[in-house]
Amino acid sequence: MENFSVFDIIGPRMTGPSSSHTAGAVRLGYIARRIIGEKPERVHFTLYDSFAETGPGHGTDKALIGGILGFMPDDQRIRSAYKLARDEDIAVEFTYSDEHAEHPNTVMIEAVSQSGHEIEVLGRSIGGGNIIITEINGMEVEVTGEYPTIIIQHHDQPGVISDVARVLSQLGINIANMKVFRRSRGDKNAFMCIECDERMTPDMKSILLRLCPAVRELMIV
Amino acid sequence: MDYDFNNGIELIRLCDEEGIKISEAMIRREVQMGDSTREQIIAEMRTDLKVMRESVKKGLTEKVQSVSRLTGGEAMTLYRYADFGPLSGSETCHAAAAAMAVVEVNAAMGRIVAAPTAGASGILPAVLIECSHTHDWSDDQLIEGLFCAGAIGLLFAKNATISGAEGGCQAETGVASAMAAAALVEISGGEPLHCLDAAAIAIKNIEGLVCDPVAGLVECPCIKRNAMGAANALLSADMALCGITSLIPFDEVVASMYAVGREIRPEYRETAKGGLAATPTGKLIAASIKRMSGRRED
Repeated sequence: MENFSVFDIIGPRMTGPSSSHTAGAVRLGYIARRIIGEKPERVHFTLYDSFAETGPGHGTDKALIGGILGFMPDDQRIRSAYKLARDEDIAVEFTYSDEHAEHPNTVMIEAVSQSGHEIEVLGRSIGGGNIIITEINGMEVEVTGEYPTIIIQHHDQPGVISDVARVLSQLGINIANMKVFRRSRGDKNAFMCIECDERMTPDMKSILLRLCPAVRELMIV
Repeated sequence: MDYDFNNGIELIRLCDEEGIKISEAMIRREVQMGDSTREQIIAEMRTDLKVMRESVKKGLTEKVQSVSRLTGGEAMTLYRYADFGPLSGSETCHAAAAAMAVVEVNAAMGRIVAAPTAGASGILPAVLIECSHTHDWSDDQLIEGLFCAGAIGLLFAKNATISGAEGGCQAETGVASAMAAAALVEISGGEPLHCLDAAAIAIKNIEGLVCDPVAGLVECPCIKRNAMGAANALLSADMALCGITSLIPFDEVVASMYAVGREIRPEYRETAKGGLAATPTGKLIAASIKRMSGRRED
């Protein structure tokens, strides 16, 4: 990050005590909430490495719950996250793992919504409040949450990427960054992560699903 | 006109050519980046100042306690004591207490503005807000000071580091102190070159300081190091304002601070494996924090 803004130096405004263990944790929880797309009924967090060791003293648990509740990192309600989750009938549970992870500040978030929708999100807090989601439901991804992001699960076949790009352009959504992943040629569960300048609405999502038959699932993050 | 600058020399040249202060150069650079208008940028900084002021006030007037229960309340004690002829002088002592207040609030999961990091967030607001009381500085002046401080922090971020994990505590409380010293000089009417001298003096004073947080928490020694950082900023600013210069130029000081930071072993860079964290008492505290795992607390 060469081209720092003055607000990268003075800022962010955040709930303490740690940009990586608190502010980053809020963002990880927040993105998990966006991925599940509705109020979760149960959430299980597994903390690894440094998150497990010093998380409790940094309020990492409350920060993660705060994110699940939809709070931003500067929200002063993060401190009361346990109580607020209880008030909203969201059951939360923590496991502090002794296992080492690839990155010291790693968390696995498993959430189930009332309608039975389940997600598994693996993420890292990489410093300064910045995060990366590295896995969603077992798929390797790379979501930073810095832009509105769309994750598409699709059938790997010629033309699917151009179809998606064309529909996005018709919807007035500009693609900032895009990555495509597949396990093998013709993978039925290939996927793409698309960072956009504009946020996709649920209406736009149904239009895209109708116009791109090779797209199996679409998540707005 | 290109308002970007990569080092102290370029910044001074830009200020000289345009006849502007460091804060103005930083504002123009931000406008040039193109995401926001000048008015939006200044309004954003005004919000930062508001949150900084709230965090100082909270730590000096409310009983705060950290999540670990290790710290809280000492800022208030020092602030009161500062009214009764403290050895370090009333203004310095008040500023030091205000710096502690912000970091105590941070440890208690209160809201702060990272400057440049959460662990060093007390120094800049403390010296600006405390001096604004005694020197009658307006909010507009303080906002200019914040932009000047931002420019200094930017030069460290570009040419060295502002992360304790990369460069030790010198990169956090050291840089915060340098940023604050420069801001104090600019608001006091010093020239851009004096601002860089103040920043250079401040960082030289604590070059090599390691990051050795007990139990890995942003509490001990961070809170008291913010107090020291505030005093260091005030003294460095005074030296620059009376005409004392840094024998080693600012850009070279930045480079040396980075070189030293890279030489610091990982145990002393935020990993909580060396220094104060590795003392018998430090280890005991770390073990008791680990037992907190899973404890629910509202």
